[in-house]
Amino acid sequence: MLQTLDLEFTEEQKEIVNLSRQLAEKKIKPIRMKCDEEEHFPWEIVEELRKADLFGVYLPAEYGGLGGGNTELCLVTEEVAKVCGGIALCVAGTGLGTIPILLMGSEEQKKRWLPDLAGGKKLGAFAITEAEAGSDATALKTTAKKDGDHYILNGSKSFISNGEVAEIYIVFANANPAKGPRGITAFVVDKGTPGFTFGKKEQKMGIRANPTYELFFDNCRVPAANVLGGEGYGLFVAQATFDFSRPGVGAQAIGIAEGALDEAIHYIRVRKQFGQPIISFQAIQHMIADCATRIEAARSLLYNVNKGMDVVLKEAVSRSLASGKTVYQELRGLKPERLTKYSAMVKLFCSDVAMQVTTDCVQMCGGIGYMRDFPVEKYMRDAKVTQIYEGTSQMQRNEIAMMIIKEYATAAKAQAVAV
Amino acid sequence: MSEIDLTQYKGVWCFGEVRHGKLVTQTYELLTIGSRIAKELNEKLSVVLVGHNLQGWTQELLEAGAEKIYLLDHPELENFTDEAYTKALAELAAKEKPNKILIPATTVGRSMAGRLATILHTGAIADVTDLTLGPGTNGAGGRALNAIRPTYGGNLFVTVRCEKCRPEIITVRPMSFPKAARTPGKIGEIVNVPINPSSWNLKTKVVSYAPEQSSELDIGSADKIVSGGRGLGKPDNFNLVRSLAKALGAAVGSSRPPVDSGWIPYRHQVGLTGRTVKPKLYVACGISGQIQHLAGMGQADTIIAINRDPECQLMKMATFSVEADLNEFIPLLVEEIGKQKN
Amino acid sequence: MPLNVIACIKQTPATGAIQLDQKGEIVTSAMTYGISPLDEYALEEALRIKERVPGSWTAALTMGPAKAQEILRESIARGCDAVYHLSDDAFEGSDTYATSYILSQGIRKIIAEKGKVDLVICAKQASDGETGQVGPAIAAWLDWPNVSFVKKIEETTDKIIRVVRMMEDGQDVVEMALPALISVVKEIAEPRLPSLKGKMAAKKAVIPTWKAADISADAAKIGPGGSPTVILKKELPPKRSGGMKIDGATAQEKARKLVEKMKELKLL
Repeated sequence: MLQTLDLEFTEEQKEIVNLSRQLAEKKIKPIRMKCDEEEHFPWEIVEELRKADLFGVYLPAEYGGLGGGNTELCLVTEEVAKVCGGIALCVAGTGLGTIPILLMGSEEQKKRWLPDLAGGKKLGAFAITEAEAGSDATALKTTAKKDGDHYILNGSKSFISNGEVAEIYIVFANANPAKGPRGITAFVVDKGTPGFTFGKKEQKMGIRANPTYELFFDNCRVPAANVLGGEGYGLFVAQATFDFSRPGVGAQAIGIAEGALDEAIHYIRVRKQFGQPIISFQAIQHMIADCATRIEAARSLLYNVNKGMDVVLKEAVSRSLASGKTVYQELRGLKPERLTKYSAMVKLFCSDVAMQVTTDCVQMCGGIGYMRDFPVEKYMRDAKVTQIYEGTSQMQRNEIAMMIIKEYATAAKAQAVAV
Repeated sequence: MSEIDLTQYKGVWCFGEVRHGKLVTQTYELLTIGSRIAKELNEKLSVVLVGHNLQGWTQELLEAGAEKIYLLDHPELENFTDEAYTKALAELAAKEKPNKILIPATTVGRSMAGRLATILHTGAIADVTDLTLGPGTNGAGGRALNAIRPTYGGNLFVTVRCEKCRPEIITVRPMSFPKAARTPGKIGEIVNVPINPSSWNLKTKVVSYAPEQSSELDIGSADKIVSGGRGLGKPDNFNLVRSLAKALGAAVGSSRPPVDSGWIPYRHQVGLTGRTVKPKLYVACGISGQIQHLAGMGQADTIIAINRDPECQLMKMATFSVEADLNEFIPLLVEEIGKQKN
Repeated sequence: MPLNVIACIKQTPATGAIQLDQKGEIVTSAMTYGISPLDEYALEEALRIKERVPGSWTAALTMGPAKAQEILRESIARGCDAVYHLSDDAFEGSDTYATSYILSQGIRKIIAEKGKVDLVICAKQASDGETGQVGPAIAAWLDWPNVSFVKKIEETTDKIIRVVRMMEDGQDVVEMALPALISVVKEIAEPRLPSLKGKMAAKKAVIPTWKAADISADAAKIGPGGSPTVILKKELPPKRSGGMKIDGATAQEKARKLVEKMKELKLL
């Protein structure tokens, strides 16, 4: 495996890396091709990850986790993605369905859902995208009509990862269409709730080991107690979640890039043309150098941002445990400027690296790289989605630019006031 | 250990097992090395045959070199159990005091040796590939065997001796010695040993036996093996391996990945976590030669490796290596072998 | 009925090339050590019995130097209820006869502490010595029945164990009265990985270490003095002399050349 810079992880974090790597190599590698080929979701791997305690590494011990943060979640995701980006999604996708509850959930809600998610007994999913609402989430059409102490959900969701296999879904619906985006509300919907059904399973280019489904809500009654963060706060829930979840996509992307490069180098060391291993050609060597450098840069960005985020997140969690306020409320008190910019940078940069690196890996391997018998083309297919889901690369750039413009506007305003 | 008079132990014993009406053929390999040792010591070569309905085998064994045959024949011994076989052998050995007991390193032999040695408070040496008679021990008399055995997955050969105790109990790896030649009409002594298993308070019983369903040769006793590995790509390609095995009259083996992927049953696995073999010819098809695999077949006389990757370990260590695509090459090889046969 | 089960495991170096020093002893400094690969199956089956038979208790037992505690910690991380370490300078240099005696004395002490042990599970063989003799020899010392090459446990009750034994010509189903010992092959169960929580617990665990006196070991039966066999010499295997590459313009030509070679060696 490609050596990467020692980023001074703790002993515990190193244990997480070792165990995830062992699990991926021993249990996932032998089946990844089959899962991809047959679009098979490997429950046996979920069981392995569960038994190894790897689902809850980032959650507070109070809710059955191991007390880590984003760094830990990303370490697991990266190691699993090195072997299979698709299978890594059962962890990362559950993270995406769990983070909203951690950030926005009341104490009661956290106690209710987090232990099962932390223990891997239930998988989570996040459902915001609709047929007509992709990058523009505010356009979502699913409605939630208040009826006593319940809401009645109607509408559909598209392209939902962990679809059908997850037990807990974070569903965004508009409870007050008259208010436009300010009516959007986040709900926790349990699988099996009457009126909640699954549509077609999508056939995808990559991450084929993870099921992507359409969700239907037909007069689906959800208790008001399942609302996260209050009616009308849905977009805050979504944004706050993305701030913490996007590095997970970055970790998945880096893992994919590392895995692809490793497979490619093993091959090009022995592949001979013109009487010598093709790794001896400078044209190949420069491609390897570029790939490895990009991976190193992406990893440094990812784990540096995580480090900063985890300080804030852990402090907010411990304050929230003491105060009874939500983690999100404590976060805002701690760090008014949101983490959006850095989190978007991580996702943008890492996913672009994954695409560049995996494309180069296919190229370096030549004909065999293009064949399905050899895993490198799968890495390339798996990489693509990281530039698309949880906000396309274009949306990340928009957000980064917007945050910078705001920073300067605020600074200019402050200066104006001072003058 | 207390000092004992080693010189009171006389005779070389070869263990013979009749299993489901068949004499385990490794007994004939033991007779080859056993007779060499017995001659050098000027002691008697015996076969101890354990099982039930054993009479039919005695003449063959005498012809193959045995001078004396002990029959431990009893319905209770029809099927092998560690308890009963070690009790039967230990009783006889305690009475007869043999010098050496050679046992084939088959499932039965390897299972039994450690237990038997402990009951007799002597040493056991496992799975040896070569045996020579060494000097006596520090004036105690009685020449001990120098037993060479591969350890650490074939990466270290050790020479082991049983210095202080008798009988020396040694299991010999199948195919380490040729089968003994027969001298038709040769006669010898046959001893029916009276035994009474009901007095042994046995706690083991064989409930049932299911014979291996496939008609394929067992890798444990085959002198040629054709094995397939990860490089086959898919389970169907084991048919290539089978066709080559058939053309060569060989058994079918496998490295670990095809077994783990369920392409072929575990009994075919050669290697550290599978079985150890020592055939005359080992053909490795699409096997890279992980150290764990080499541990199981590194002692083969001739190794042929067929692989697309010329740099892999097995291609480097093979007697003959062929860089080729298996799908293309094996059918051609089978065809060429066919031509030679006709 | 809950069973008390002990897995006997050994720490061995990872399989690979061996280096010998000038005295002909193995250079151990460059070796990495772990649970002997086949012992992982023994340990796994012991853990699975605990899961199958509620209330059962599973322990791991090893004999070896201080360093061998690493594999006992790994056993805790995988879910063992207890581990025992037999370690004494006097044990060093024990052959299979002496080793099996020491382990059997350890098992006797565990029986004295726990009230009973129903089943001991060993591997087919260790990856270093590869004798496969220690398991059956332990059974002999304890006067327990034993079966080797076990690929499946069909049933356990409070009185018996019924197992499937792999033979060259098929398979036997064998039943033994408990207590008993089995030696298992790889097919018995796929080893699990440790859990993170298990690993944390393993780090903190205090491991009982028993010396010769603790297990009332007879000094005449341990170490080199108690071992009937001695290793006279250690040698590296003869290098397989450089192989021959079968070349040819076409696959057909290569096949023809290879067949010629096989004919020369009378392999056809």
